[in-house]
Amino acid sequence: MAVRSTSRGPTLGRLERPAITGVLVREIVNFSSYWRSSTFSSTVEPTIYLLAFGFGFGSLVSRVGNYDYVEFVGTGIVATAVLFSSAFPAMFGTFVKYKFQRTYDAILAAPVDTEELVTAEALWIATRTSVFGCVPMLVAFLFGLDPAWGMLAVPFIAFVSGFGWACFGISIAGFAKSFENFNYVVSAVLTPLFLVAGTFFPISELPEWAQILANLNPLYQCVELVRSAAFGWEGWLDLARLGVLVAFGLVMWRIAIHAMTRKLVD
Amino acid sequence: MSDQLAIRLRGVVKRYGPITAVAGLDLDVPEGTCVGLLGPNGAGKSTTMRLLTAQAIADEGKLEVLGFRLPEESKAARAQCGVSPQLDNLDVTLTVEQNLLVFTHLYRIGRADRGAAIERALQMANLVDRRDTRVDKLSGGMRRRLLIARALVHRPRLVLLDEPTVGLDPQVRQELWALIDALRAEGTTILMSTHYIEEAERLADTVLIMSHGSAVAAGPPAQLVAKHAGREAVEVYGPPAKLAETERACQAAGLLTRRTGTSVSVLGVEDADGRAPEGERRPANLEDVFVLLTGEEID
Repeated sequence: MAVRSTSRGPTLGRLERPAITGVLVREIVNFSSYWRSSTFSSTVEPTIYLLAFGFGFGSLVSRVGNYDYVEFVGTGIVATAVLFSSAFPAMFGTFVKYKFQRTYDAILAAPVDTEELVTAEALWIATRTSVFGCVPMLVAFLFGLDPAWGMLAVPFIAFVSGFGWACFGISIAGFAKSFENFNYVVSAVLTPLFLVAGTFFPISELPEWAQILANLNPLYQCVELVRSAAFGWEGWLDLARLGVLVAFGLVMWRIAIHAMTRKLVD
Repeated sequence: MSDQLAIRLRGVVKRYGPITAVAGLDLDVPEGTCVGLLGPNGAGKSTTMRLLTAQAIADEGKLEVLGFRLPEESKAARAQCGVSPQLDNLDVTLTVEQNLLVFTHLYRIGRADRGAAIERALQMANLVDRRDTRVDKLSGGMRRRLLIARALVHRPRLVLLDEPTVGLDPQVRQELWALIDALRAEGTTILMSTHYIEEAERLADTVLIMSHGSAVAAGPPAQLVAKHAGREAVEVYGPPAKLAETERACQAAGLLTRRTGTSVSVLGVEDADGRAPEGERRPANLEDVFVLLTGEEID
């Protein structure tokens, strides 16, 4: 008996648009059933930080550098919102879909490869982040942050940052053996990065070694880029910052694909 | 029946650390037939299914699905396959129709054909009335039917069913058998793993019995029964001591026996010429073959 070869179709390539679209459609249709809780957790928590620091700290410090404190926090908070709408949902969502819902088993049985699956998931989270990331800044408008045309770039900055952090979260989920592993990452990685991102206090007050390290923190670069968007671009310096965010995204993207391939394909 | 093969495996080996889940498996699935993969838990059935979608990568051996070499060309093969997994992975907060809609996209059905594909799948699975019901409100049997319907939206040439009726009531199991039988009638090639012997006997054109990761017998159910268990069996009931004694006596007389838990079945008694013990006569069946070939004890 011969294996049929007459009607076999074309072999398919990598990173195909229909595969990525298919995974995105699944996310969009699912989003219609859980958008309330997801929007709540991604936007309310950063807004609480904004209000707590704005009112609490703001009563002690009225100015930081050249900014009113509300301007300082109201822009810096975008990075916090980015982190909360990308890294956290990516970590938990990926793990749940892999382990409990077995969604990825279903998707990978269709003509979708792990590379396409991870890319689509990260693009989706980044897209959400580009919206959620702006919410606390919009709230800050009510407390005295002045709108500026440059702020129209903030969704884009949030998207690029969000893509990297989504891939970071997917990678952690890929390497994690259980939910408990996430505690180490949150405590040892995310919390320090989020506190020394220049969101709530300027990093110029930190020791020099910490300032150098902060430059490698993608959240810090995100904060600085948002402040440039709001208060005036700084040319090459901003391009370099964007470069850091893009590089972070690309590296995390490949790591996420590697981690998930190990996890999903025996 | 075509003489083309939808699936061809040769010498396939898959190891997980020290465990060899699939140990040199050969498997042929001719186009347009339904092949049943029968074996006890841990025989390697599910691993074989995962190998066929390249969700597991074989350590050795050759795999071809619909003419595509695996794992290199697996994506093209998957585009023409439908897979119903053993563990339910539907999106439970979505409706029946939304679940199908997602898969019309994943299987790349063009915009113009999506609606018709969903209708057809709903009809096959008898879920037209439930299209707007959320999956977490469906009964177990409906979820299973949806799981299979989801694998059919793109009219696949080959359908892989991994334990399609596991854990379901007999009534629900019958509904699913009707669904699978309708699919067969349409000429779709089916590979179905199961450890329910009746399921394989009713639905499969040929059965492949797996044990410890490789094939121990293959053929049409009736032929397997005739070859390995003969035509007739005698059931001998009694206390354990009597069963053990019957076993010893029959084996000494050169007759095959197998335990059923409550009795000893003595096989091939049509040629026994008076060596067979007294008991209830019955036709030999696939379960006799299964237990003979895969062993009486569970490892």
